[in-house]
Amino acid sequence: MAEVTMRIWRGDASGGEFAAYTLAQNEGEVVLDVVHRIQATEAPDLACRWNCKAGKCGSCSAEINGKPRLMCMTRMDSLPEGPVTVAPMRTFPIVRDLVTDVSFNFVRAQQVPALLPPPMPEGGYVMFQEDVERGQEFRKCIECFMCQDVCHVIRDHEDNKRHYAGPRFFIRYAELEMHPLDQNDRREYVREEMGLGYCNITKCCTEVCPEHIKITDNAIIPLKERVVDAHYDPIAWLGRAIRRKKKASAADAAVQPTP
Amino acid sequence: MTDTYEHHDYDVLIIGAGGAGLRAAIEAKQRGLSVALVTKSLLGKAHTVMAEGGMAAALGNVYPEDNWQVHFRDTMRGGKYLNNYRMAELHAKEAPDRVLELEQWGALFDRTPSGKILQRDFGGHRYARLAHVGDRTGLELIRTLQQKVVSMGTDVFMECKVLRLVHDASGKAAGAVAYWRATGEFVTFAAKAVVLATGGAGKSWKFTSNSWECTGDGHAMALWAGARLIDMECVQFHPTGMVWPLSVRGLLVTEGVRGDGGVLRNAEGKRFMFDYVAPMFRAETAESEDEGDRWYEDHSAGRRPPELLPRDEVARAINTEVKAGRGSPHGGVFLDIASRRTPEFIRRRLPSMYHQFMELAGVDITREAMEIGPTCHYFMGGVQVDADSAATAVPGLFAAGEVAGGMHGANRLGGNSLSDLVVFGRRAGMGAADWVESGEAATSMDSSEVEAAVAAALAPFERESGENPYDVHHDLQEMMQANVGIIRTQSELDEAKERLVELAERVARVRVTGGRAYNPGWNLATDLPSMITVSRCVTEGARRRTESRGGHTREDFPTADERLGTLNFAQSCPDGTWDGEYRIEESPLLAMPAELKALLEEAH
Repeated sequence: MAEVTMRIWRGDASGGEFAAYTLAQNEGEVVLDVVHRIQATEAPDLACRWNCKAGKCGSCSAEINGKPRLMCMTRMDSLPEGPVTVAPMRTFPIVRDLVTDVSFNFVRAQQVPALLPPPMPEGGYVMFQEDVERGQEFRKCIECFMCQDVCHVIRDHEDNKRHYAGPRFFIRYAELEMHPLDQNDRREYVREEMGLGYCNITKCCTEVCPEHIKITDNAIIPLKERVVDAHYDPIAWLGRAIRRKKKASAADAAVQPTP
Repeated sequence: MTDTYEHHDYDVLIIGAGGAGLRAAIEAKQRGLSVALVTKSLLGKAHTVMAEGGMAAALGNVYPEDNWQVHFRDTMRGGKYLNNYRMAELHAKEAPDRVLELEQWGALFDRTPSGKILQRDFGGHRYARLAHVGDRTGLELIRTLQQKVVSMGTDVFMECKVLRLVHDASGKAAGAVAYWRATGEFVTFAAKAVVLATGGAGKSWKFTSNSWECTGDGHAMALWAGARLIDMECVQFHPTGMVWPLSVRGLLVTEGVRGDGGVLRNAEGKRFMFDYVAPMFRAETAESEDEGDRWYEDHSAGRRPPELLPRDEVARAINTEVKAGRGSPHGGVFLDIASRRTPEFIRRRLPSMYHQFMELAGVDITREAMEIGPTCHYFMGGVQVDADSAATAVPGLFAAGEVAGGMHGANRLGGNSLSDLVVFGRRAGMGAADWVESGEAATSMDSSEVEAAVAAALAPFERESGENPYDVHHDLQEMMQANVGIIRTQSELDEAKERLVELAERVARVRVTGGRAYNPGWNLATDLPSMITVSRCVTEGARRRTESRGGHTREDFPTADERLGTLNFAQSCPDGTWDGEYRIEESPLLAMPAELKALLEEAH
């Protein structure tokens, strides 16, 4: 039977190294299966996150042979012959082994000003398929955070995390911006507070999205256009100046992160 | 105690952050209470995310003749009348409002041409009733509720695993003891009310659609805390799980494939389901392929095809075909939508199924049939609750969603789970809030219970020798799959009972190596007592229910028994220990009011 060697990063915040495990390769297995077999035999304390094992929950993101991928959806037989390297996502702090601290994303989620719909009419809202479809594309997001991992704005620039929400949240803002019911205006907030301008549309996020969401083309670029329209429109500028005085901007409506 | 461990005080502690837990949190927060939402995974990863086909609610958007009465009837018939009728009634009446409110929070369901929420056909539902988003409805539900919960400023404790519920001196629920997965440090929560929303327990079986989380923690903790579990023998084996490759065996294939026109064929190419229509469903099931095909276009032009019988019927039929040697190469049967719908239709309606088969099995479902077979999917049984308030027998303890029993009787209809989560999640939040406001809630925690739970959790580190928890888990799964699977018989159940005694002894001896920080071996070791508890209850319930009904099929008692159809088996654990004695007793069904009974008797 064919064997495979897995080089898996082991360690914690204080440091670590790749450990090699050689084991039999079974037909049809994905990377997560092999990691599980290592856990069940040689290394019961090997830390990795996973839940659904079906590409639906976005828990098992890792860098496989240097590329961000879901371990549960990466077939072993799709990888080139030779050792397979599995490392944690680099953009987030290490907890242990393949598990990273992704709390950055949950803090950013708390800062999204909520949907503001009109009162619901009797029998429910009327929305047409063509109007919900754009938002539906973005709501396919499984929050694997691989787009965040690969985004060079924050991948190698820790400081930028303070000013930048990242592609996952730009599709969230785009979704709300295009939501047929939403009455909130987050355009200035996305520009000023969430750092939309840092993104220079290199499309790395789109390339790694396991849900094949066209993050750059369908979310970020249209969002940038809307934000620019709002920002440089003199009437909008005047309105903004007045609103600022009233302290009624969307930023004020944002929920502050809980400690 | 508060000096020893990290400690938090809340009005309401909610354990589990799937659909039910999230919905309960929203309700309790809206009542102005402080709420802790504790989940053993990250927020948004709970098993709800895997639900595919839709959520059932009699909105009447596609078939205006649909209403709550028909939904109630379908649910009771699907459950083989073992349901808590009041839960089925509340569910049918309230589900439409729960679906509509999701749109206020941002959900984007697929639409009808007139801009209403589109509804799809599913097994056992008389009308197209499932609100959905392609085949990723669970993701839409969990994300919508998660975003709402976060926008309300709820305190969420992620990757925090609850070990035991804690009482006060008088036996009321007073909180829980847990540990952080990231550090292995313990944490205590004192709360006036506790809501269990921990989901299911399929991880005791080898072939299951469930994720690692579904270890029955809530079922077990409720039993240990003094609540009763009912209908534990009623486990749903979903008819269509993947069977190949082996590494994905059990992974769910949505019922939506059949709702959208897919049919089941055996190795001879025959649509065998026409041979398996039970008398109870004959009047409403098509007699020919032509009639069934007409029904997809217009439900008044024919009766529904037999592929859309309730799940228990379809799963048993597949099992019989495979046993008779008419199965597919890898021990399943064929699910064929490729020959019946266009590739465009399939990719639009079933995008994640297309993706799942293409990536994991190398099968293009727009060109080839899928190989599928039954997979352990859902627990109808669970904590016995009051339908209106979700209250359990333990004062201050509430349960909602899959961990609660009664709503689905002996068999759940597809689509009734997501609606169950929001209907009873909300009611559990209301019940908990009412209890907090009643002023009767516990005010202190029994610290000896905390210490006992911590000691039990740490014991595996202290053993000099002992087994790897993965080996014990593996053997438990093999044993339950072999002896307490889809078709049961007395001798195998007796063997399971004996083997569970041995497995419990092995669990008590497992040894864990490494540290406490994010140690999955240790995490599994702390899940094993729950899995043993649930397995024991399923086995004992299955031994006692000497009939076949819904998800519980006895080879040696192949028909339904009239007397057993009037009662639930309720199990309890008098001494509160996972490896102690459990008690099982008959618990009569609630008496149904005449006007509801009349709905069941109406000819359709």
